[in-house]
Amino acid sequence: MTRLYRARRRRNGLAMGISLAATLFGLGWLVLILGVLLWKGFGGLSVAVFTEMTPPPGATGGLLNPIVGSLILTSIAVALGTPVGILAGTYMAEYGRHKRLTSVIRFVNDILLSAPSIVIGLFVYEIMVFPMGHFSGWAGAVALALIVVPVVLRTTEDMILLVPNPMREAAFALGVPRVYVIRHVCYRAARAGMLTGVLLSVARISGETAPLLFTALNNQFWSTDINAPMASLPIVIFQFALSPYEGWQALAWTGALIITLAVLALSIGARALTASRKEP
Amino acid sequence: MNHSARATRQAAKLSVDVSGLEEKVSIRRLDFFYDQNQALKSIDLPLYRNRVTALIGPSGCGKSTLLRVLNRMYQLYPKQRATGEVIFDGENILSSGQDLNLLRSRIGMVFQKPTPFPMSIYENIAFGIRLYERMPRSELDDRVESALKRAALWDEVEDKLSTNGLSLSGGQQQRLCIARTVAVNPEVILLDEPCSALDPISTAKIEELIEELKADYTIAIVTHNMQQAARVSDFTAFMYLGELVEFDATDQIFMSPRDSRTQDYITGRFG
Amino acid sequence: MGELMAEIAMRDGTIAVADVRARSKVLSRLRRSDTVFHAVTRAAAVAVLVILGAVILSLIDGALPALRQFGLSFLYTERWNPVTEKFGAIAPIYGTVVTSLIAMLVAVPVGLMIALFLTELCPTWLRRPVGIAIELLAGIPSIIYGIWGLFVFAPFLQHTLQPFLIETLGAVPGLGMLFAGPPYGIGILTAGLILAVMVLPFVTAISRDVFETVPPVLKEAAYGMGCTTWEVFRHIVLPYTRGGVVGGAMLGLGRALGETMAVTFVIGNAHRISGSILAPGTTISATIANEFNEAVGDLYTSSLIALGLILFLITFVVLAVARYLLLRLERASG
Repeated sequence: MTRLYRARRRRNGLAMGISLAATLFGLGWLVLILGVLLWKGFGGLSVAVFTEMTPPPGATGGLLNPIVGSLILTSIAVALGTPVGILAGTYMAEYGRHKRLTSVIRFVNDILLSAPSIVIGLFVYEIMVFPMGHFSGWAGAVALALIVVPVVLRTTEDMILLVPNPMREAAFALGVPRVYVIRHVCYRAARAGMLTGVLLSVARISGETAPLLFTALNNQFWSTDINAPMASLPIVIFQFALSPYEGWQALAWTGALIITLAVLALSIGARALTASRKEP
Repeated sequence: MNHSARATRQAAKLSVDVSGLEEKVSIRRLDFFYDQNQALKSIDLPLYRNRVTALIGPSGCGKSTLLRVLNRMYQLYPKQRATGEVIFDGENILSSGQDLNLLRSRIGMVFQKPTPFPMSIYENIAFGIRLYERMPRSELDDRVESALKRAALWDEVEDKLSTNGLSLSGGQQQRLCIARTVAVNPEVILLDEPCSALDPISTAKIEELIEELKADYTIAIVTHNMQQAARVSDFTAFMYLGELVEFDATDQIFMSPRDSRTQDYITGRFG
Repeated sequence: MGELMAEIAMRDGTIAVADVRARSKVLSRLRRSDTVFHAVTRAAAVAVLVILGAVILSLIDGALPALRQFGLSFLYTERWNPVTEKFGAIAPIYGTVVTSLIAMLVAVPVGLMIALFLTELCPTWLRRPVGIAIELLAGIPSIIYGIWGLFVFAPFLQHTLQPFLIETLGAVPGLGMLFAGPPYGIGILTAGLILAVMVLPFVTAISRDVFETVPPVLKEAAYGMGCTTWEVFRHIVLPYTRGGVVGGAMLGLGRALGETMAVTFVIGNAHRISGSILAPGTTISATIANEFNEAVGDLYTSSLIALGLILFLITFVVLAVARYLLLRLERASG
């Protein structure tokens, strides 16, 4: 064993050790964050959290109105954004597959996918809140919908592109017009993947705070009026966590735990869907 | 039936008398281009009604390309174009303004790899039928049954029509695809190497089927298996490097081909 | 009856002319719905471009008053005074850039090493679980990072890392300026480190995907010469995937630049540039998040929107370059 060989062996061992350490480091953060979340938030979990409204400082209460508000905003956002995403993705994978326009749109979409969400919030403020003269749940939902569209578009296009061409051609060979090939063959084959995209988009917007800051704002009272400011879990966490009140801070941790569990459940669910699709 | 002077001369060159036969599809001076590459060079070929015509030749000779011109499948892709004439039912199907969907419902195609749709067996067949015709459920059941019978698949699937098409074996899937194609009552059926992905027993079943189907349809089959061409076809066209080298009755081609290239291919000198 | 007629028509070998005409009619109807669907889907696709255009236009429109008032000096003035209505963007821009830089300095090497572990060292059965665990980190909403950072991480840093840095690197002449000052806990460094943890999963996932595109024959050729795993990584894998790695890093950078909630909690919200990274500061997104709803006066609001415009342009450029690099690698690997 020459000196050089030993040195190389040492360097390799060192590098491998560092890579293992890096992995443990990365995983460690996950454990740390989730652990703290569970520790600080779990104690506050009770039926009251889901049934009582947000309390004034010093009193006890729950997170009912922000939870309901988040559910409403998320549902509307998905209802608005999913059709646009699916239709656009369908165009790019089918009618427009070989067109230049499609590659431009794909490029722009990928940028919108990672764009700062606070800027989206500013945009919706400018086009909705300012002209309307007031904050509203609609504005918040639109801001979230603008985050849903790129996610759903990307997954839809990818999934439809995966449908094998021979299957498509077989449908065309029967004389079937493209719209029916898409509806009855492509959508059916890509169904699981497209649903995954929707689930992922829900997971993504569940935790988004910035776009709601100047659109839906917040609401201390019970309100299902979508035309008025609406409470949401992330905003309430933001408000409560930065406050000096212990009761509010505890609620903030509990709310954070609820959101994280919801997001993790959605992500794992989406992953399970893609896994089951891979089985023939 | 109009024969161009050229077609008449061609018919005269054949070793069998085709004067009683109708040309269902007449291919005349067909050129095909993938972008700048010319893949087919001035093809003249008749497809006679209720007969099986085989297209044989080495890989890359253009036989599949030719088949896919007949139902304008190439139209799905950019940078592919065809010039010349393909006369079907008195019209040149290559002309613009053709109703492609209608054309494809009258000239059906079965592909190399069996591709059942992601639906039940029943739905696979009913899908095409329902597209063109409205009928009560009982009539639809009859049509599905008759299509499956014509594809010699009915006995094997009659009690599991609602199971997914993908649950069938390869040979059964291919017969399902054939059933699907005949369900919409085409006049011509194009088969693109239908058995190359199948085992010998399924292949034999399908070859039997082709023999039965020709009573009702005009059939063109692309195959790289010469023995299969000899078994199932009435006429054979040998193609090489995008050209139609020789066309004649199958027996003639295989027993005494006129062109030396045909002879070399048949005897396995090159493949 | 219908079947019988179909059978008769079949025996003839021809389809009755009427049948063809009926079919042609049905197809015209179907084709109409095809044309409609085509138009609808194309409109949806174009809508994506419209959204981008609208965002840029509305930001410019909102920022115009401030830009007209301050001109280019907006970009390098530090003063941010709502009372006298004098605004300058350099402090938020500085904070955004420096926190993202810190995040990159930590996340890129760590991410690459984790990707190395996942593609070379990790036993096959462990690969998916570990990969999923890392991706779960990406799924945690940023507000969680925010409150965790404020209540757990910042106090921790205040008592451990920061005093350590002040005593060691802070004493070094020259460099010491970067690590001077009291340990606040919150501040630029803290924000940068939290961003690093947030960006880590992106860099890791993209690097891993990119490493897996290296053709096995290339690696085998190197191993066949007796190279160690590290040497294969350094001399074969990294150079081959260089574009993709940079692309992935820039994608992470784009994320870090735009991150709001994680940073707002721990940046300290001080509109000034200090020499030390242990001091509080602000970023563009934190400024907007904290001040927009309290902004009185058109100039104040307009300045905040101008900040948003600057942020959008910076991230747009970074993301565009990242996507381009990744596209090139995709094309090269076929």
